Amino acid sequence: MSGFFASIGLPEIVAGVMVLALNAYVLTGGADFGGGVWDLLARGPRRDDQRELIAGAIGPIWEANHVWLILVLVILFSSFPDAFATLVIVLHIPLSLMLVGIVLRGSSFVFRSYGSRAEGPQRRWSRVFAVTSIITPVLLGVIVGAIASGTVGEAATMLPSFGSAPTRMTAPYYLIFVAPWLAPFPLALGALALAMFAFLAAVYLGMAARDDAMRDLFRKRALATAAVVFITAFVSLVLAFDGAPTVGRGLMLLEGSLLLQATTGAAAIIAIWALVTRRWRVARIAAAAQVSLILWGWVLVQYPLIVPPTHTLRSAAAPDITLELVLWGCAGGSVLLLPSLAYLYRTFGRQAE
Amino acid sequence: MTDLLAARTQMALSLGFHIIFAEIGIALPLMMVIAEVMWRRTGDSTYLDLAKRWAKGTAILFAVGAVSGTVLSFELGLLWPGFMRLAGPLIGIPFSLEGFAFFLEAIFLGVYLYGWDRVSPRAHIAAGLVVAASGAASAVFVVLVNAWMNTPVGYTLAQGGKLAGIDPIAGMQSPAAFQQALHMLLASYAATGFAVAGIHAWVSLRGRPSAFHRRALAIALAVGAPAAVLQPISGDISARSVAETQPVKLAALEGQWETRRRAPLRIGGFPDEAREATPFALEIPGALSFLAFHDVNAEVKGLKTVARDDRPPVAVVHLAFQVMVGLGSAMALIALYAAVVAARGRALSSDRPLLVALAVAAPFGYLATEAGWMVTEVGRQPWVVQGVMRTSHAVTPMPGLIVPLVLFSVLYLGLGAVVISLIASLVRETATT
Ligand code: HDD
Ligand code: HEM
Ligand code: HEM
Repeated sequence: MSGFFASIGLPEIVAGVMVLALNAYVLTGGADFGGGVWDLLARGPRRDDQRELIAGAIGPIWEANHVWLILVLVILFSSFPDAFATLVIVLHIPLSLMLVGIVLRGSSFVFRSYGSRAEGPQRRWSRVFAVTSIITPVLLGVIVGAIASGTVGEAATMLPSFGSAPTRMTAPYYLIFVAPWLAPFPLALGALALAMFAFLAAVYLGMAARDDAMRDLFRKRALATAAVVFITAFVSLVLAFDGAPTVGRGLMLLEGSLLLQATTGAAAIIAIWALVTRRWRVARIAAAAQVSLILWGWVLVQYPLIVPPTHTLRSAAAPDITLELVLWGCAGGSVLLLPSLAYLYRTFGRQAE
Repeated sequence: MTDLLAARTQMALSLGFHIIFAEIGIALPLMMVIAEVMWRRTGDSTYLDLAKRWAKGTAILFAVGAVSGTVLSFELGLLWPGFMRLAGPLIGIPFSLEGFAFFLEAIFLGVYLYGWDRVSPRAHIAAGLVVAASGAASAVFVVLVNAWMNTPVGYTLAQGGKLAGIDPIAGMQSPAAFQQALHMLLASYAATGFAVAGIHAWVSLRGRPSAFHRRALAIALAVGAPAAVLQPISGDISARSVAETQPVKLAALEGQWETRRRAPLRIGGFPDEAREATPFALEIPGALSFLAFHDVNAEVKGLKTVARDDRPPVAVVHLAFQVMVGLGSAMALIALYAAVVAARGRALSSDRPLLVALAVAAPFGYLATEAGWMVTEVGRQPWVVQGVMRTSHAVTPMPGLIVPLVLFSVLYLGLGAVVISLIASLVRETATT
């Protein structure tokens, strides 16, 4: 452990800030995607009430939540340009599909809210909103899985040089641009991401619900998705041994990772207990902690690699001056951002009580 | 279609799509706040109605702007990884600052749209003002990046074309930064002001002019007309900066092949790259030298000073420049005419010629914007970073780029159609007000 702390320098701090931003995206933007899942699964006589609850909860905040993703991206390309270039080249296809998902999810949501109230368009936009709310998180998980599995880094070694006079590509297209992500482990992580987002959304929605029946409905859904999270996490772990050796071994062997897993497990158990006993505040904190710990678990086992097996944080880092300025920018930005976010959530969280 | 051409087309398409929503996101919140302030001051409920309708328009258009902007952020890497690997550490700082501006914009737009009866009137107006201000700030930050691509500074060139000793703060103060940021902000207010004014003018022409449309027209022109009058002045500042820092681009703008003193200004004309001449132009002797350097005897560099490989596509750039200046001049004249009408104490909406002119000019600002970006971006070719990196070296090695191009073209066409139909139905609702 002491070796770990001694290794912390500018690149590690910036990477830490980047993962914090990603964490924020998962907890806020992720839950908005999860809301779309529950929109699709809205059932029963009170279907429209469920949809209204979801739309009301997402409406004022989704655009702000979405900006976390942009922040992650911006920190990545300014601070770790080599890693960024590798990722965007190899993962062109899933990233483009994810973008289509982001575009259609966001626009269908506003088209539904502000467009024609007629049945037909409403149903159509609802469908687009729900379907893209599912596809996008899956792709996000697939992308993370592909990075973690080391296949992206390996594929990149087959690329022709870029950034100077272009040379012809000799390696087969499929091997570089498809195989790295269309594999069992990344797909399992896609399922895990979707399950986590739906879980978070169910917990938040249960808390925001205005009546007991609705609250209970989302409590049951949260419990059911907690089970799905557990199963997909377990499957991912098993697949990791084969498909993502660094992660697989890291999760079992790394010093401190047992502690991490124990904490994740504890958070999961507390979340379930709190849901069963209807302690909503506790449930929300524990659910958020569980999901965050899974994310940090990935980051820690792959540390100090940013694109395994080829790029470490240090080998991919930009010059110190950029890293320092990014940190200053984030510090300065946060002074404005954090109070504003608190104000936003306070203004629209009140409807819960 | 080569992969490079596909990538360029996709970038141009995405930016050309985004810029319209971005301009609306800068100017429409300002109009909506003005309408709300007027309502709180006068108690006249037409202003409230107006503020709410503009807020609805903002909600739709802002969301499309936000998602298309997200696409762009990724596309910078997906299409131009060579460029981002080279320049990311230098241009990342304005992009990070832009990120925080987006946050403020999105947060306070949420407060504004959903907070009519949740926050105090003061807080509500303040939220709208933050949206307007951070929209303008985000435009400035991103344009600083573009200005750096045009006139890169803050580095030394190292082995293998890499940048060394980078200074991102200096990079934000490149020679083109101020001019471009100013011109872009004015463009946003002028284009959106004219578009909104044009819509209300058109509705007023068709039906009986109502208080609603009268007030809308006045606010839209209050925002758009001053900007339209200032835009040619700002454009002149830009042109002089281009003459100094990007002589090849200036030569392409003007279809000037030879280096000469007393260079003429060409109106019209078709630059012919094979024959290296620009026939059929109306030439005003010495005017280009004068406009570019404020001296009729100044020497203007011609395209022939650089090898053919280093020249941009001249015809497109020259034509785009003519279009922008033509539209800009028309907008400035209409704005001045509106000022005369207002100065005489007449209601703007009772002047029929003005209404007709405004209705016709509704799309002028956006067209000029697209043309202006053609000038800037195509005029910089074959460089992605002027003199440092060629566009052909920046492009991703991934083959088959025609596929994402088709995918995003279809996506944007569809989105564009839906947005137009939604806005049209919003307008139809007001037509009966
Ligand atoms: C409402 C939109 C609009 C209008 C009316 C004008 N422009 Fe413009 N122009 C733009 C919108 C724009 C733009 C889209 O915003 C650009 C692209 C890049 C930039 O900084 O601004 C631009 C670029 C641009 C450039 C290139 C700057 C560069 O490459 O660094 C020049 C020389 C001018 N403009 C000059 C003019 C002149 C002389 C105008 C006189 C009427 C004019 N523009 C009207
Ligand atoms: C490569 C160029 C560009 C990139 C990468 C980019 C990126 C983005 C991103 C990521 C967003 C979404 C923010 C959110 O989620 O709220 C956005 C929105 C916005 N962008 Fe761009 N942008 C580019 C060009 C421009 C230009 C040239 C302008 C200048 C007018 C501009 C002005 C805005 C504004 C005002 C918004 C707020 C959203 C809106 O009003 O619709 N952008 N941009
Ligand atoms: C929103 C307004 C903008 C529009 C409409 C626009 C338009 C265009 C066009 C037409 C091209 C293709 C040029 C060619 O290949 O012949 C292009 C290329 C490009 N633009 Fe812009 N541009 C805008 C703003 C920006 C900004 C703010 C940035 C940087 C942050 C930027 C970065 C690029 C890059 C990297 C390319 C590809 C390389 C190149 O062709 O030079 N653009 N853009």
